[in-house]
Amino acid sequence: MIALVDYGAGNLTSVRKALRHLGARFATPATPAEMAGASAIIVPGVGNFEATTALAPDWRDRIAAAVAGGTPLLGICVGLQWLFEGSDEAPGVAGLAAMSGTCALIRGDEYDGFGRFKVPHVGWNSLHVRRDSWLLAGVREGDQVYFTHSYAAPVTAACVASTRYGVDFASAVQRDHVAGVQFHPEKSGAVGLRILGNFLEQVAA
Amino acid sequence: MLSKRIIACLDVRDGQVVKGINFEGLRSAGDPGALARRYNREGIDEVVILDVTATIEKRKAMARTIGAVAQEIFLPLCVGGGINDEAHADSAIEAGADKVSLNTAAIARPELLTALARRYGSQAVIVAIDAKREAGAFRIYVRSGRQATDRDAVEWAREAADRGAGEILLTSIDRDGTKSGFDCELTAAVSEAVSIPVIASGGAGTFDHFVDVFTAGRADAALAASIFHYAERAVVDLKQHLAGRGIPVRL
Repeated sequence: MIALVDYGAGNLTSVRKALRHLGARFATPATPAEMAGASAIIVPGVGNFEATTALAPDWRDRIAAAVAGGTPLLGICVGLQWLFEGSDEAPGVAGLAAMSGTCALIRGDEYDGFGRFKVPHVGWNSLHVRRDSWLLAGVREGDQVYFTHSYAAPVTAACVASTRYGVDFASAVQRDHVAGVQFHPEKSGAVGLRILGNFLEQVAA
Repeated sequence: MLSKRIIACLDVRDGQVVKGINFEGLRSAGDPGALARRYNREGIDEVVILDVTATIEKRKAMARTIGAVAQEIFLPLCVGGGINDEAHADSAIEAGADKVSLNTAAIARPELLTALARRYGSQAVIVAIDAKREAGAFRIYVRSGRQATDRDAVEWAREAADRGAGEILLTSIDRDGTKSGFDCELTAAVSEAVSIPVIASGGAGTFDHFVDVFTAGRADAALAASIFHYAERAVVDLKQHLAGRGIPVRL
């Protein structure tokens, strides 16, 4: 059973729909203790990094312990940002620190020839695949996925795909059994379902 | 590079997709789920459902329509039309909408935008603005274009963004249903005034109208209904046309 962590940061309907479509067995535990024995953990999230304060310290400790024990973890959107040490969006709030680095506001002085540079970054943008990973198996260079965010994670050794919007940021990260995507795989058509499916294969493996 | 989005609008009444001209004269265009399935296959980037007869009694029927469309697509889905309080927004989101759009209610009670942005995040809150050219400015109309307000579209767009709206769905009443092209001046004026994305709507008749609204109109996305409803492959052909004109799209 996969634990889909609902910490009140937005709406999980689309994530649930995609997981059901892929045949995953999942539940949203009401307390951190209910996560015991989960085959994998998904931390979704939209909006503000500050919302992840709801994960600390109880959820965070449980998730850290599960990950240390080898449980696969997927962070989506703010869930990816939470895998890092923190975010400029909420400087006092610590992330899981499974990846090193801090998330920052997307800087946009790059004029793209169509009009003013906008933040948030909303819409479909391309994945630049930086190295092979189980997370992006079957994903082709330039495949597009759906984003909606203002802050982003830095490109580090953990980055398996980056996306350019003003700056290059980490759109997908993966280290061992810990992975994160800045985009919304549940709203990214066939490419997104493929990536979610790749995570589910890790759960079965 | 960020793609320019192509959005299909399903104007829904009594569970059926209808399309009017200048907000009136509705005719049927078919089953919402079936249309959504076809658009998904053709590579649409997003779907908007507008309830053109929103009443409290119809909310349950609308939830069924939202569910039927959500079942067909793994793409962003926005729902609007008569959403006037948090409970109504909740029911649309529970039924499968990722975003809700507010029009008349947002003008009447702008704090609703803030409340919904706190609850669901700004990315889930779209402010829909219906504007009409009057005396050199863009006046906002509400109640499906029937009632004039004293608000200016550019000024309200700025306020709505400050209050928490994450995107603007901007419809030209003058152009809606006419197939004479988007109002690029209106779209550019609003798009340059705010840092959130602007979806242009009203007037799509040819593929070059989309080229115009993405260049001169500075639109981040463009929405149309009938140009897609009645022609198979229109989405694919449109995107190939745009790509050929140097406009970034998802193919």
